[in-house]
Amino acid sequence: MNIAVLQFPGSNCDQDAFHLFGSGLKLPTRFVWHKDTRLGEADLVVLPGGFAYGDYLRCGAIARFSPVMGAVREYAQRGGLVLGICNGFQILCEAGLLPGALIRNSSLEFRCMTCELKVEDAGPAFNPGVLGPRIRLPIGHGEGNFRIDEAGRGKLVANRQVLLRYVDNPNGSLDDIAGVRSEAGNVFGMMPHPDRAFERYHPSCDGLAVARAILAARFPGLIRKIA
Amino acid sequence: MKRAGLPPNPDPVLNQPITPGLVRKHGLLQEEFKRIRGHLGRDPTLTELGIFSVMWSEHCSYKNTRPLLKEFPTEKKGAAAGIGRVLVRAGEENAGIIDVGDGWAVAFKIESHNHPSAIEPFEGAATGVGGIIRDIFTMGARPVLVTNSLRFGELESPATRRLLRGVVAGIAHYGNCVGVPNVGGDIYFDRSYEGNPLVNALCLGTLRHEQIRRGKATGLGNPVYYVGAATGRDGLGGASFASRELSAESAADRPAVQKGDPFMEKLLIEACLEMMAVPGLVVGIQDMGAAGLTCSTCETASRGGAGIEIELDRVPQREPGMNSYEIMLSESQERMLVIVHAGREREIEEVFAKWDLHAARVGSVTDTGRMLVRHHGVPVADIPASALTDGAPVYVREASRPAYLDETSRWTPEGAALADLDPAGAQAALPRLLSHPTIASKRWIYRQYDHMVQHGTAVEPGSDAGVVRLRLGGGEKFIAISNDCNGRYCYLNPRRGAMIAMAECLRNLACAGASPLAMTDNLNFGNPYKPESFYQLKECVAGLAEACRFFDVPVVGGNVSLYNESPDGAIDPTPTVSVVGLIEREAHVTRQFAPDAHGRLILLGGAPTELGGSQFLGIIHGKKTGDAPAVDLAAEKRLQDLLLGQIRAGRVRAAHDLSEGGLLVAVCEMLFGPAGLGAAVDLSALPAPRLDALLFGESQGRVVVSVAPADGPAVMAEAKGAGVPADAIGAVTADERLSVRTARASLEWNVAGLRAGWETSIEMAMKRPGLG
Repeated sequence: MNIAVLQFPGSNCDQDAFHLFGSGLKLPTRFVWHKDTRLGEADLVVLPGGFAYGDYLRCGAIARFSPVMGAVREYAQRGGLVLGICNGFQILCEAGLLPGALIRNSSLEFRCMTCELKVEDAGPAFNPGVLGPRIRLPIGHGEGNFRIDEAGRGKLVANRQVLLRYVDNPNGSLDDIAGVRSEAGNVFGMMPHPDRAFERYHPSCDGLAVARAILAARFPGLIRKIA
Repeated sequence: MKRAGLPPNPDPVLNQPITPGLVRKHGLLQEEFKRIRGHLGRDPTLTELGIFSVMWSEHCSYKNTRPLLKEFPTEKKGAAAGIGRVLVRAGEENAGIIDVGDGWAVAFKIESHNHPSAIEPFEGAATGVGGIIRDIFTMGARPVLVTNSLRFGELESPATRRLLRGVVAGIAHYGNCVGVPNVGGDIYFDRSYEGNPLVNALCLGTLRHEQIRRGKATGLGNPVYYVGAATGRDGLGGASFASRELSAESAADRPAVQKGDPFMEKLLIEACLEMMAVPGLVVGIQDMGAAGLTCSTCETASRGGAGIEIELDRVPQREPGMNSYEIMLSESQERMLVIVHAGREREIEEVFAKWDLHAARVGSVTDTGRMLVRHHGVPVADIPASALTDGAPVYVREASRPAYLDETSRWTPEGAALADLDPAGAQAALPRLLSHPTIASKRWIYRQYDHMVQHGTAVEPGSDAGVVRLRLGGGEKFIAISNDCNGRYCYLNPRRGAMIAMAECLRNLACAGASPLAMTDNLNFGNPYKPESFYQLKECVAGLAEACRFFDVPVVGGNVSLYNESPDGAIDPTPTVSVVGLIEREAHVTRQFAPDAHGRLILLGGAPTELGGSQFLGIIHGKKTGDAPAVDLAAEKRLQDLLLGQIRAGRVRAAHDLSEGGLLVAVCEMLFGPAGLGAAVDLSALPAPRLDALLFGESQGRVVVSVAPADGPAVMAEAKGAGVPADAIGAVTADERLSVRTARASLEWNVAGLRAGWETSIEMAMKRPGLG
């Protein structure tokens, strides 16, 4: 098992993602610099939270042109596992690897708080049977308001692509959507932070279960060992 | 004595004669001008006059406060070696550093950005955060937390709402992007801050002892690098009048306040820490904060006992045609000065190329002791470096006791025939106090700050102290931090008010389970040339110094902000205190919130009896009067030692001190954690000459703890042994009712109702329109 955490200029949850997998799940984890054009052997590529390139233009709009993103696209097209957290989710949407877009919170303010989330049935690895019906994860974003057109919305539901919905919507997201996966089921994105929910003193340790569930989408056998 | 002048400046507008009017406009006195001529042996050039004016400003030189600040203890007596030892003392560097054991240390400091925030709240507050973060990583430390201490006028004022909205958004914008968690702070709303808000920002970072870096220039011929953002005309600040006169362009289109770029700061943090991790590369490093390139060059040269020469043509510039005055005085953000060992230029340049940042070699270290600045090859400033730092004037200002103190200190409720509360009055007072913005939940503010990034936040904002887990190599420790200062007490009794600020800060740490390490302070006062203001400053410093010596908590740095005047006069004196404490074990991390309905409430410290200076007097009776509450440092120490002992013995499930709003507000705040809790409180056995003072008075040195029923007798016995008054006052319940029985009244409230008013008060106020 080999986890690759990308580092863009302005990533600031790169250490958090690193420790979720490295300390929380005790899996071999390493960083990949945004100027690299190759990912190396990786079983999961994580795009962490933060403000890549300052997010001055539009969240993720510049990061998607980073040299490393060519390799990520190719890796995802080959079926490789990709997880985008917060800014990482925004980058994946901008790159077209996940459907939809994330716009300014309806409050027009940044929100940092712990949210209760409803787990959706998004396939054999990620569903209420695996994670329980509700989990709690922190959020920390100013632009997490998920939007998608009518056709896309229909496809999300038909293909069971919604991962999580907010119980008490903090940002105005359409249909309370907090996270989605790609149609093929190997690219995951979510605004809530599993990388802030794995230590004893965190608001919950549900981040560990979420991380395992994502790995289980590709490695069902291996996951039982680290559970 | 008479030295030859410098050749004409390449920019002709800088060659005008130095008139008394020009000296005055630079904020310098004629006697100070004479002193400058003495240092130089000739008249200064206009560029040099600008350099002296910023370096001899209060902000950089502490010329009106330096003798006072010497009263502060700078060493911890009880820690000659090991945890708590001062590794870098106050005044030596950009921030003080304290040993936290196992080869690790913390660097921290607080700094004000009051005036910029009053003019332009968003950028003023944002750059305040940026500046204090640079002060920390320039020491070699990785920033792991920030906090803020804020003061505003009353929220009824649309202008105050506009300022608050802007300041909070600015702090959020900068801190969230840089990725340093904002784990707490304090805020008061009081008319005295109307038009002159206080925005004090603190940052703390961690480092290993061997990673400590100094702002020193040494080693003849070592290259001097400028790294980070390019220099622009922004932030000429206090000297902006001069640029108006000097330049054909209008200064109106130049921002008086600097503009921050948190993305640039994030890159600068990472690049600088990466550079400092290269063994033996860096000789010295200093950020360019106030007075920018000027301050960083002369201070590093002065500290190193060396000289520095720089060529301004090599300084990365944002716009063409800047002259030497503008480049030297610019306060553009996100810039650092770095001195590296000669021959290792490629190593620093490679690091900054990786992060796509400027790293320009602008000069070198000399052995002349002088700061020599060239522009287009022409010397434009040539000043002994120490003249700008150690050579600044020092004044002892006149102090006189303000006349209002005669009236306020004599005030008593009996003397003023203030009617005590009847049960109906008490019933109505509690929800009013809880929903006053000074007491109400600050959720509207801290939910806009990323307080969880870096995944170390163990106690989120809203409790007595913020707590952050430090990852120290393979091990871990917990750092607690609290900011405190009740300006109302300091107005009514400056010396005692300052002592209370310190005592309360330590009490908050004790409630979190932390032992104090060291303090940083931000002295916010009015104009020091007004004897009444200077009296307040002098008395507050004396009170702080006494409390620091008593508790053996050294001062490792801080900031002075004077001239804080609103149209109605000076602000309440506000010596903000921030103490950093250490919690060795996670099990000892304690919160103010009762975790569940399984707890007995014990009041430690005795029944409150005083009303002077209380929020109750202000909110219910519209008075800011009386003497500040009494302070007994020895009793305070007994209380805190007892509390820490009981926490470490595993007997304390929640602890919260009595502060603004008194006993009932404290009990309510303990119930505002998980929903569904209530409390049955019986105060009928307590002595209570006045009901209002018992319920809402702010007598100091009081803490309410919640303990498991089985532990109650042990805690009471330990308190008795320690000489700390302890009263069992009731229990936490599961019925969402708060019932309070006293000798004269039986009161009851619905906790959900109280909570709703407390939780949403600021949010509701901020929904009303603000100006602009």
